[in-house]
Amino acid sequence: MLSAPEDIKRPLSPHLQIYKPQITSVLSILHRGTGIVLFGGSLLWCFWFVSLAAGKASYHQGQALLLSPLGLFILLGWSFSFFYHLCNGIRHLLWDIGIGYEMTTVRKTGWTVIFSSVLLTGITWAMGVMKWKGLL
Amino acid sequence: MKYESSLKQAQGLGSAKSGVHHWLLQRITAIALIPLGLWFVGFFLFLLTSPYEEAHAAFLSPWTVTLAVSFIIALFYHSSLGMQVIWEDYIPHELTRWALIMGTHLFCSFLAILSLISILKVFLT
Repeated sequence: MLSAPEDIKRPLSPHLQIYKPQITSVLSILHRGTGIVLFGGSLLWCFWFVSLAAGKASYHQGQALLLSPLGLFILLGWSFSFFYHLCNGIRHLLWDIGIGYEMTTVRKTGWTVIFSSVLLTGITWAMGVMKWKGLL
Repeated sequence: MKYESSLKQAQGLGSAKSGVHHWLLQRITAIALIPLGLWFVGFFLFLLTSPYEEAHAAFLSPWTVTLAVSFIIALFYHSSLGMQVIWEDYIPHELTRWALIMGTHLFCSFLAILSLISILKVFLT
């Protein structure tokens, strides 16, 4: 009988840490990472709806938490993750219908995703601040 | 709804699992979340610094509630499918993987129902 598979030290195929980070791989990892952040964010929205249904006092408590420094930091992380996952998601949907497979195009759309997600996050926060100051 | 590739339907053979169904629903919910997500961000942005009365009044409109309910269903469905892929990729132990996938689906369903009931409570009372 052959020895059990766990006794044999088989060579493993190289994994992430072996390769130099490239825009293709980094954006792919970011897509999954932001997806996990957004999954956590969905809990936040659930609590927000629950606090609204629970009445004025709990809603204002939740609102104070969201507008605290920690709350705003979480919202900043969520909003960037949202816009990144949205822009890169559109890139994925285009790949699904066969568009954008040229390596130069992949890099170009990659940088477009980075710039547009930062820009959209910035615009959103600028609008949020304007609303807060009563300018909108 | 059950999506299968045409070949699989015709032959009645192929994988007993549900890869095509998963793949398509992940994309359908993704497409739905483009307008719904953008709407929700704008909606939440406006309410974040508004008093309770405005948030409460917003959820009395059937349009707002319809958009919010659609957003929640698409969001939790998409999250559930996405997390399933992550467990499938990184958890080699079959029973642990199965438990995490089932747990994620049940957890997402529970949160979606809780969100929907909360919104309907505000809308209907």
